[in-house]
Amino acid sequence: MEQLINTGLLLILLGVTLNIIFMRNLFGVVVMGTIYSFVMATIMIALDAPDVAMTEAAVGAGISTVLLLGTLYLTKTEEYPVRGHVLAPALVAAATAAALIYGTLDLPMFGTAQSAPQSHVAPYYLAQTPVDIGIPNVVTAVLASYRGFDTLGEVTVVFIGGLGVMILLSGRRRPGGRGAGDSPAGNDEDRPDGARRGDPPDRQA
Amino acid sequence: MENNLVLRVVIKFLLPFAMLFALYVQFHGEYSPGGGFQAGVILAASVILYALIFGLRATHRVVPQVLVETLVPLGVLIFAGVGVVNILLGGNFLDYNTLDRDPVQGQHYGILLVELGVLVTVAGVMLAIFYFFAGRRRGMAGDGDEDGADDAPDRRAPGQRRGRRDRSGSEGEAADD
Repeated sequence: MEQLINTGLLLILLGVTLNIIFMRNLFGVVVMGTIYSFVMATIMIALDAPDVAMTEAAVGAGISTVLLLGTLYLTKTEEYPVRGHVLAPALVAAATAAALIYGTLDLPMFGTAQSAPQSHVAPYYLAQTPVDIGIPNVVTAVLASYRGFDTLGEVTVVFIGGLGVMILLSGRRRPGGRGAGDSPAGNDEDRPDGARRGDPPDRQA
Repeated sequence: MENNLVLRVVIKFLLPFAMLFALYVQFHGEYSPGGGFQAGVILAASVILYALIFGLRATHRVVPQVLVETLVPLGVLIFAGVGVVNILLGGNFLDYNTLDRDPVQGQHYGILLVELGVLVTVAGVMLAIFYFFAGRRRGMAGDGDEDGADDAPDRRAPGQRRGRRDRSGSEGEAADD
């Protein structure tokens, strides 16, 4: 039964992916991407990983969709038809896929108890979490305590990513040049309060 | 979107529950699936939902951009700050055992604080990205796509259109002063 459900979900995933590849309307692509994320979240549930499923549903299906729609609004919604040869890119893609599939041959079978992730530190975490940390959710214990340093790095990555987007989109004008956020209404340098282009208009009013 | 009474009422009714759920995911993360990352995303998503229905301007009044830009580094500071406090208390970096006389209780405090840091940064970054994207107007990308505005009506999310009107309206005001 579980095999059947997993196969069915993966087939849906395949169908959605093919649909995305052949779709020209980018609005439709975004919607299909949302469906993809939800199917992926369902697969994560089937794999007993509710933490990941929750993240996938919220980030992949929720926020990514909103951001992509916001981006679509700034650009065109119809994908340009491909010009020239598609053979070379297709070959590169096929070669990469073949290499990746070849690489999976060396991976341990799904769910094997003897595989490295199951036999290395995981038994220690499972056994020691009630003693060391005293909380039932081992995922949280590993994430926040045993691997706290890694999580700090993760948060820093999120922080730097956000910072990069903010710097790119705040669109401060370079002196003498046309900046990214150039607009007829903007005259940032003259603002006495030093308000920037990316700031909400409310603050300036 | 602002004239859609059903949406406005339903969203106003649903938002408290969405935010409460975010807090539940945050503080119940030690017992059930969830944690700072998921809670931060849910919190940000609820604010974004508000923005899609009521417009960017109203959202800025509820969650000002300054606040969002403060949250982004604040979370990392909380997280790293816990580690520094651990050092000052005589332990290793991020060794929560030092936070309390009982090491297990110290772990509880540490995880709670650290997850709070994750929540703050994740929610801040998600909202900041949304604000910066939604605050831009068409044709600002520098590709000279000014003509694109004519054939636009059929091809974008309704919520985005609303945000645009807000923005262009306020742009005029900003230019006046």
